[in-house]
Amino acid sequence: MSANDNDNKWIGQRTIRPDGVDKVTGRATFGADFSAPGMIYGRVLRCRHAHARVKSINVDKALALPGVKAVMTGDDIVTFPVDGPAVNVGLADMRWICRSIMAKDKVLFSGHPVAAVAATSVSIAKKACKLIEVEYEVLPHVINVDEAMKPDAPILHDFIRAPGDTSGKPSNISGRLEHKVGDVEAGFAEADVVIERSFTTEPVHQGYIEPHACLVSISKENKATVWASTQGHFMVRAMTAHLTGLPQSSITSIPAEIGGGFGGKTVVYLEPLALILAQKSGRPVKMTMTREEVFQATGPTSGSSSTVKVGVKKDGTITAISGTFKLQAGSFPGAPIRGAAGCAFAPYDIKNVHSVGIDVVCNRPKATAYRAPGGPIGAYPTECVLDEAAVAIGMDPLQLRLKNAAKEGTVAAYGPTFAKMGYVESLETAMAHDHYKAPLGPNQGRGVASGFWFNAGGESSAQINVNEDGTVVVVTGHPDIGGSRASMMNIAAELLGIHVNKVQALIGDTSSIPFSAVTGGSRATFAAGMVVTQSANELITILRTRAAKIWEIDPEAVVWENGHAKPAGSNAGAFEPLSLAAIAAKASATGGPINARASQTTAGASGGFATHICDVEIDRETGHVKLLRYTSFQDAGRAIHPSYVEGQMQGGVVQGLGWALNEEYIYDKNGALDNASFLDYRIPVASDLPMLEAVVLEIPNDKHPQGIRGVGEVPLVPVMAAVSNAIHGATGLRLQSLPMSPPKVLAALDAATPKMAAE
Amino acid sequence: MSSSQKVVVTCRVNGEDHTVLADPRDTLLELLRDRLEMTGTKEGCGNGNCGSCTVLADGVAVCACLVLAGETDGLEITTVEGLTANGTRHPVQQALIEHGGTQCGFCTPGIIMSAVALLNEKSKPTDAEIRHAIAGNICRCTGYEKIVRAISSAAETSATARAEV
Repeated sequence: MSANDNDNKWIGQRTIRPDGVDKVTGRATFGADFSAPGMIYGRVLRCRHAHARVKSINVDKALALPGVKAVMTGDDIVTFPVDGPAVNVGLADMRWICRSIMAKDKVLFSGHPVAAVAATSVSIAKKACKLIEVEYEVLPHVINVDEAMKPDAPILHDFIRAPGDTSGKPSNISGRLEHKVGDVEAGFAEADVVIERSFTTEPVHQGYIEPHACLVSISKENKATVWASTQGHFMVRAMTAHLTGLPQSSITSIPAEIGGGFGGKTVVYLEPLALILAQKSGRPVKMTMTREEVFQATGPTSGSSSTVKVGVKKDGTITAISGTFKLQAGSFPGAPIRGAAGCAFAPYDIKNVHSVGIDVVCNRPKATAYRAPGGPIGAYPTECVLDEAAVAIGMDPLQLRLKNAAKEGTVAAYGPTFAKMGYVESLETAMAHDHYKAPLGPNQGRGVASGFWFNAGGESSAQINVNEDGTVVVVTGHPDIGGSRASMMNIAAELLGIHVNKVQALIGDTSSIPFSAVTGGSRATFAAGMVVTQSANELITILRTRAAKIWEIDPEAVVWENGHAKPAGSNAGAFEPLSLAAIAAKASATGGPINARASQTTAGASGGFATHICDVEIDRETGHVKLLRYTSFQDAGRAIHPSYVEGQMQGGVVQGLGWALNEEYIYDKNGALDNASFLDYRIPVASDLPMLEAVVLEIPNDKHPQGIRGVGEVPLVPVMAAVSNAIHGATGLRLQSLPMSPPKVLAALDAATPKMAAE
Repeated sequence: MSSSQKVVVTCRVNGEDHTVLADPRDTLLELLRDRLEMTGTKEGCGNGNCGSCTVLADGVAVCACLVLAGETDGLEITTVEGLTANGTRHPVQQALIEHGGTQCGFCTPGIIMSAVALLNEKSKPTDAEIRHAIAGNICRCTGYEKIVRAISSAAETSATARAEV
């Protein structure tokens, strides 16, 4: 199926999303919008110390407060021994989650939950939290990744040993991985120019506007219903079951509309607590986080300290590249080092590669996935160093990338061989675009960068039910964040040959659709598209069989065309075509209700590549970086719904602009977060931004029935380097630390001024 | 005053009068969501930084989380639920759907109310004026591009509708 297939009626069309009206009229129900008869309110008590041993917790006074119905502590959560085997739900290990969701013996970050209360009002629950007496032994803490790696650093966990260290001493270095191809030293020796630079990034929050929220109701038979805002209601069920000890069959998890996730809602924070409080109180329990709690205790992605070294020949050939990416995991192991070390060099076909990722625990909230987890952290130093190399050899930076671009057949240093994909096309389109040739004024600069993200497949399920009137219901199992229901409607309408208005798209709860993995990894439209296609094909087979029954001919003699069953040829007989509605009307007499379903572990997700161009203007008085123009180029494989492909691209870019220019966590000397609000943690607003152009390329993924390639995450990957390179273009300065906020830019300008004057 | 003491609050929301018992510290946002069960107005931060709870008070866009419920007596409050008159959606609502200007949809009600306040003041705003008017409404999904296009298109639709009348 080509990208410009004119026969397509619905795939590639900007159809009206099924949740659109509810979302613009206020009817859409998000996690905090649910209520139940007799509902009470849960509230979490959080520790203000960055690192402390919990010596005792006394909840008596809280329990005695009128209106308080239940109190819980870490003792109520199932314990997974730290020296036992990993118990994974997706990428999350229950050994860590059972301790991060509520402290068991140690608090490891400011904001770490130590107890929770359920009461008849939020204000009583808050008051009760203040009555809980916790005795702490405060311990020294460590926030910064480089500090945490020092031999004399405060140790978070006695059970962690640095990989390869035989001394037996505990360490904060909790993991290491490396990818190695060829001989980098020999590669650097061949190079005409070798550049090595070090960079730091701050942790940044996913910044979803909807705080975490859930409602849990439990029956006298201990059967729980969970309504939650999440990227995976099956994940909620699995983790809640693990952490409460209930079997999965006792929990029904119903997905609410989700007010943004970006990876941050792929784990649980509140649901198991609400379930335990509901068990204890016998009442439905609603829990919502304040924005301050969201910043203190959820997300973010890792901060990092990295070094990248590249060798290039004068003709632009990259002879070798190496990098070490040290990532803050937060309070428990599991920073996205795979994304950083694996994605950093993936856009390039380089003979000699050495990439190392290091996982380091420190006294911050446990890092959570954020849009292409680790990818931007790897790409930022790499793409900045490549820009410097291009300048050093006098080559256009996109030309340098094109000369070394990975393409079909390139073996990536992290393992796989790339299938057909559009990285080269993204570079060529960028080079030919008028943005790349537009003139720049004084104090203005242009930067470019590329990026890669793996993209995921994984388990997905779908079913298509034919209603009695010939309309159909498409049910899938992963929450819709960015418009996936609209895409599933387009696919189902296209394959079945019916009008998109006759298709209803729903997300099934955990008790009514088979298992589906989270909406994450840029997988939802890719994977759901596969199982919806499989279901639709199966459904068409059934519809042909039913028509054959009506006509009393062989099913093989019936074809499906434009939403109708037709005799395959004149030999099959002369019958008027039967519409889906006509077959549905006779379903009872031809075998009963008509439906089809499919479940599979989807494979064939092909990586995402993007190239970005950014123009900025520097205010030399204030250090403010004004964004002038931004264009992103990305291969979507096949844009099932172009509006929401562009939306992913534009939204990802803006998150990156925040990461590049403003966003950072600021901790005080006691390790408490100092800027836990949207006022002080400044994410981009509409007036900060120029027009964002999204150029969608469609080079179909051969391993997907519609050619889909995941699009959601890679738009974030190139941004920080594109901005940094643009600042270089405007000022001649290479900042090597994020965010490039006005004070930092101003300091760099001031530091360079005397030198420039001297020159 | 202890939290158990309630006060009588009278208010007019979407053209309907309400008299409710509320905590004297309740905000307009709590009044709307918890007492009147109108959950279309969202809470994203609770301190006026995100704009998700934007409503109109006598036509002016305000953050409902920054207004005390007790202060609303005599004001005409309009929420997102009150924009759809006789089944006809406001042009801003319709344009956001058609232009793909809503993704997760959580910030959408607040954006709509800010945009409606703008269009009531200015029938043909520039892009810069639109961006300024919604600068207090944070959206993390869309990058604002399609929202700005939608509001601009809604302004044109409204102007055309007026011309036809």
